[in-house]
Amino acid sequence: MSNKLNLTGVSKSFGTNQVLNDISLAINAGEVISFIGASGSGKTTLLRCINLLEQIDNGSIHLDDVEITKLGVDANPIRRRIGIVFQSFNLFPHMSVHRNITLALTEVLGKSKDEASTIASTLLTRFGLSDKIDSYPDRLSGGQQQRVAIARALALNPEVLLLDEITSALDPELVGEVLDVVRELKGSGITLLLATHEMGFAKEISDRVCFLADGTVAELGSAEQIFTAPTDARTQQFLQRVISAGRLRG
Amino acid sequence: MVFLVPRMPRWDRVKKSFFDWERLVDSFPRLLEAFILDIKIFAWTTPAILIVAILIAIARSTRNPALFPVRIFVIAYTDIMRGVPVILWIYLVGFGVPGIGLDRPWNSPLIWGSVALGMTYSAYVAEVFRAGIESVHESQRAAARSLGLSSAQTMRHVILPQAVRRVVPPLMNDMVSLQKDVALVSLIGPIEILRQAGIDKAKFANFTPYIGAALIFLAVTIPLTRFTDYLLTRERDRTGASKVR
Repeated sequence: MSNKLNLTGVSKSFGTNQVLNDISLAINAGEVISFIGASGSGKTTLLRCINLLEQIDNGSIHLDDVEITKLGVDANPIRRRIGIVFQSFNLFPHMSVHRNITLALTEVLGKSKDEASTIASTLLTRFGLSDKIDSYPDRLSGGQQQRVAIARALALNPEVLLLDEITSALDPELVGEVLDVVRELKGSGITLLLATHEMGFAKEISDRVCFLADGTVAELGSAEQIFTAPTDARTQQFLQRVISAGRLRG
Repeated sequence: MVFLVPRMPRWDRVKKSFFDWERLVDSFPRLLEAFILDIKIFAWTTPAILIVAILIAIARSTRNPALFPVRIFVIAYTDIMRGVPVILWIYLVGFGVPGIGLDRPWNSPLIWGSVALGMTYSAYVAEVFRAGIESVHESQRAAARSLGLSSAQTMRHVILPQAVRRVVPPLMNDMVSLQKDVALVSLIGPIEILRQAGIDKAKFANFTPYIGAALIFLAVTIPLTRFTDYLLTRERDRTGASKVR
């Protein structure tokens, strides 16, 4: 299987704060990989770097053997192939749900309004939101907003989807509906990268789990191995804390 | 005030020279007619100001390193325009530019006075727009860029619509202010209401025409101000949390 994404020695600092330190990873096409770790371990920054929202200081990222972090590469066409969903949804509040989804379709991909509308309504129906198509984001619950945000990212038909702690800003009873959407995505051929604090979900859905600590890959393995038999001391400690906080059935 | 002022020793004379009903009635139609010019100046400077200001604000908000010289230019422009008193600038541009030998009608002080006023106001209004642009959270830009929108598309579809909505109330404030400052153009010649009031004052040797002019200004600015307040309240209600008593 060819690698969809290849990270080689990726480093990123904000001022004197080294957030990512020499991260190397190969991610297969269609794989679901979760990034776990304490707050500040670099999960979010890593995803933002892959989406080219942040510029990396060192190293390189390849998408299908093309280096996307090379100086002078046009980021816009790459971002269409790598979608991202944010913790805080980041829907456009002045646009209806419909326009949120169709904006990039008409403006970036140059699709006709009809085509874009069809794509939007298909996605919304798939996520059980067809009655919200003309609503504005303010009128939706957090879970609904996040599902719209996923639909917005998927509308461009990306090959890779980055999910950045997409349930962290949600009330507990709304987490399920968003995770259901992600479950549905698995196996559709899309490569999923999740940064998450939902350990149970990471364990269930991931092919592999990557534990980040201090901006480095502390441990990488199958979900089964990481959650039941972690070898790295920091992973063990982290999972111990998670379990005692009741966030993962040990 | 109402009680005390009429009891001052010279009140009778002030009353006669400022509140002469006959003079008011006499000059009022002329004042109103002259006020049409104020409205005209206001009407053509406002759109120009809004367009120039929005362009300045966008230029200042660009992040492209190649546009650094443009940013320096607009920063210098806003600094200078806000630093020079409006009247001084109207004198300089209104008398200076026609002096370089332009043909009629382009040598009219009316045109260049309006241009000067517009230049000053565009700098202030640009700052209002810029504040609006910067108030849109960075995550909105991130979301737009992550969908592959270029920075120009992001500005046009995502940032500006939100920014403009937020700055409508302060913008209206500046428009009320502009509405009054239009009278400053009269200082270099055009006979608008303030100038007409001055002419009538000289003719009657009586200040009442100024009162008339003030009343006419108030008739326009007070409704505009009230409307601004209404917009502010509505914006607060829409975006703010529920009121705490």
